[in-house]
Amino acid sequence: MNINKNIAISGNGFVFDPTTGESFSLNSIGTEILSYLKQDMSKEEIVLAILEKYEIDNITVEKNYVEFLAILREYKLIEND
Amino acid sequence: MKKLTYERPIINKINSGMPNKFGTRTEYQPITYIDEVSVKEIMKEHGSPVYVLSEKTIRDTYKDAKKAFTARYPKVQFAWSYKTNYLNAVCNIFHQEGSWAEVVSGFEYDKAIANGVSGNHIIFNGPDKSESDLETAIINNSLIHIDHYDELYMIISLAEKLEKKPKVAIRVNMDTGISPQWSRFGFNYESGEAWDALNRILINKNLELVGLHSHIGTYILTANAYNVAGTKLADLAVRVKEKYNHAIKYIDFGGGFASKNTLIGAYLPGTDTCPTFSEYAEAITTSIINSRIKLEDFPTIILETGRALIDDAGFILGTVLANKRLADGSKSMVINVGVNLLFTAFWYEHRITPAQNFSSHTEHTSVYGPLCMNIDVIRQTADLPVMRKGDDFVISRIGAYNMTQWMQFITLRPKIVIIDTGRQVHVIRKNEKNEDINSFEHVPDHLKKINV
Repeated sequence: MNINKNIAISGNGFVFDPTTGESFSLNSIGTEILSYLKQDMSKEEIVLAILEKYEIDNITVEKNYVEFLAILREYKLIEND
Repeated sequence: MKKLTYERPIINKINSGMPNKFGTRTEYQPITYIDEVSVKEIMKEHGSPVYVLSEKTIRDTYKDAKKAFTARYPKVQFAWSYKTNYLNAVCNIFHQEGSWAEVVSGFEYDKAIANGVSGNHIIFNGPDKSESDLETAIINNSLIHIDHYDELYMIISLAEKLEKKPKVAIRVNMDTGISPQWSRFGFNYESGEAWDALNRILINKNLELVGLHSHIGTYILTANAYNVAGTKLADLAVRVKEKYNHAIKYIDFGGGFASKNTLIGAYLPGTDTCPTFSEYAEAITTSIINSRIKLEDFPTIILETGRALIDDAGFILGTVLANKRLADGSKSMVINVGVNLLFTAFWYEHRITPAQNFSSHTEHTSVYGPLCMNIDVIRQTADLPVMRKGDDFVISRIGAYNMTQWMQFITLRPKIVIIDTGRQVHVIRKNEKNEDINSFEHVPDHLKKINV
């Protein structure tokens, strides 16, 4: 999985994709995950980072992570290898 | 260090300048209390889903409506529309406030009698009154609103048989300038049918004509339509007085006042577009005051308002079952409240509010009920805060029709509780159990043995 490295992520949850000209808004956890992806962190590392910071269980984070990535894929912010 | 509150990650594409079919965001605060009683506590005690009624809201709304009319006209009487919500506890709140009963079937009539309403304070409407229903109503001096000629002649023959003089009114349908025009109930004004029916009643010595009735439609967004109806009914009353020297005792305007719910597809919310009680009252009372009816003959105005009096007092509390993505990538949420419990979801965009704190982020969401049926849609489109499986929510303004038109379908119907004015919660209808439903059935002997 490759993230579109050109995208600009602002700290308060806005994403701009210069390739398509599209903009997106994210909540804070969405912004965090996208930043982690940009840093090439693995799924396991991202899940662990969220578990350490937030009051939540492993299964929920994994489930939400998979779903979130599917949306990123649909918006062409990430691509499969 | 204390960990932060988690929220499911979301991302929304920004479409500036594009029309938004999901509407604008409506939820800014969670609903955690109803009448100062904790929503979570109610659910803990009585389960999810559960219907909640507010006695305070019912009484306050009734008083508002009554004041709007009594401030403008000397003789006003409300009659509680049983079909809107015929839970006995609800009916009795309205009866305590002074409402008579308005019923449309033998079943509802018996309910009103069992609730302790005097027969002469029951208005009997509707197209389906059996001979025995009518006999009971005649004996009890109830106000019978005749729907069609077959009913009129049945009442004439019963009056002879019982040697009683039934108190009757006719239901009049008419063009009030709104669409659709309800013409299936009662006698038509413009065609002369209503005048003909009145003449047939008035030449019969065995009937007492006491009133005129109309029910021009439902969810009427134009208050002036009631003014048109009142003007036409007043014209009939004047003609009756002139020809027979008989004063009509009351004019019943039926129901039809809109509640503040938003109709599906409406551009503006119902809170902005629905007339107030004062606007309806102004239209109705003006039609009588400005008519040719003489002051000494001013009839009582009867109102059978249902929806507008009870909708705001009803809530259903429920829980999110699942979040999922549809084939087109759009977001959907499955909740444990389906159209079997929320019949009005077929025509209202019901307000769904989380029962716990949420962030400022929202998602375009389709909200589906739990039934394995494609029609089970609570909101086709809504811009809702992020909710997780297990989160609770409150659907507001559901007091009208949902507790009468509900269905025992696929799941069992839950409890209904009421919060009294002292913040005590009372169960006013138990939740159904399998044995309740099975108790109505009988399996013939040859079908009892199965081998699978």
